[in-house]
Amino acid sequence: MKLSYYAGCSLHSTASEYNASVGYVFDKLGVELMELEDWNCCGASPAHSTNHYLGMALPLRNLVLAEKAKSDLIVPCAACYNLLKVADHAVRQHTGAADAANADLEAITGAKYEASIEVRHPLEILTTKEMLQTVKAKVVHPLSGLKLVTYYGCLLSRPREVVAFDDPEHPQIMDKLLSTLGAEVRRWSYKTDCCGGALAMSRTDAVEILVAKLVTEAERAGADAIVTACPLCQVNLDTRQTKVAQTMPIFYFSELMGIAFGAPDASTWLNKHIIDPVPVLTAQAKGV
Amino acid sequence: MADVNLVPSSGFVEEIQTRSGQPINTCYQCKKCAGGCPMSFVMEPYNSGLLKLIQLGAKDAVLKSNTIWLCVACKTCGARCPNGIDISKIADVLREMALAEGVAPQDKRILAFHQAFLTTVQHLGRAYEAGTIGLYKLKTATFTQDLMLGAKFMAKGKLKIMPERIKRVGEIKQIFRKAKEGSK
Repeated sequence: MKLSYYAGCSLHSTASEYNASVGYVFDKLGVELMELEDWNCCGASPAHSTNHYLGMALPLRNLVLAEKAKSDLIVPCAACYNLLKVADHAVRQHTGAADAANADLEAITGAKYEASIEVRHPLEILTTKEMLQTVKAKVVHPLSGLKLVTYYGCLLSRPREVVAFDDPEHPQIMDKLLSTLGAEVRRWSYKTDCCGGALAMSRTDAVEILVAKLVTEAERAGADAIVTACPLCQVNLDTRQTKVAQTMPIFYFSELMGIAFGAPDASTWLNKHIIDPVPVLTAQAKGV
Repeated sequence: MADVNLVPSSGFVEEIQTRSGQPINTCYQCKKCAGGCPMSFVMEPYNSGLLKLIQLGAKDAVLKSNTIWLCVACKTCGARCPNGIDISKIADVLREMALAEGVAPQDKRILAFHQAFLTTVQHLGRAYEAGTIGLYKLKTATFTQDLMLGAKFMAKGKLKIMPERIKRVGEIKQIFRKAKEGSK
């Protein structure tokens, strides 16, 4: 299987470990990811927050490029995924804003987006019944004893009619994936609560309170770590645990897959974390 | 809520409903949105109160509220509203309107971050985190905030020193030009 790949800006900088681990995992599973040629920033929160046209046209240019590449587009960043999906949906619905931006893109780039491809998140691809069997067969280092909570956040869950490929209020697929790796996934009630990542820099005071709530609840659930599928959640949770009694490491699901698959470079991914995740893995390996 | 000088106007709610696509007039103040909003504890008024002010036509109070800037677009309100109102789409319209009409936000930091981020995208085609942080600090004079964290990021190679620039950045500049024309 060959798929187009949109890394997004975070995966080229603060979340390079997410990029590397996703690449490793797909390669192991025999899926070839081809990075989209000359992709641009999706605009993230700042675009749609201040200018509706930018919020539509910036994602749309990437969809035009993906359509030229003639294959479905894999987007690991939950924010990019959400905004590309929202733009794709608006084109399919022929909203006035989408049609106007699409016409401009045709004038600017020579092509408009016809919605002939699908925008997909890696978790969608990795959690089909067949793929979970393949995943299970690749596990050489089961994560038994590692207690985790899954954190889906906002952008993979809402708006439900556009982005949710799982139950928007009670998603399960990341839980299934991590269980397949042998980990013990704990129940908690905060899977889709917001961590405030968009305001991490401008309203750090408020965001620290949201992060403290999530980490405290994860600890109450008996988890050793929180697992995310979003570079903004990961960085926010990893760097804003200033109001908690005990800090907790924050993994990408793909890092744990890589570790379970025996990735030789896993330590370089983990070295990028601010809260050191190695102690909980060492304890797990020793069966403590 | 602070005292609000009301000049009732139905034109305002009509305009915001049309531009956001959200049925604001169906809101009957069940307040599920305020109860579920992660930012309620710093918002003034609550998001439910914002809807009331829009219904009443209190444009001035709405555009000056910090609520429109603190909405993080998590869309929890939209998922829970019995009438399907997504307040984040309304906040998008209101921020754009506030900017077009020159209404300054009470707290300038959030807008400063958005602008710093978009400046890098406009010139490079991609977000440049180190550049965004530098521009943000210049705009807000928050030079000492997160210094230790910044040092850790550098040590771990989490922040790229050199920006990435796309080949056809001219296309991005054209998109920004169109966006500016449309927002006048």
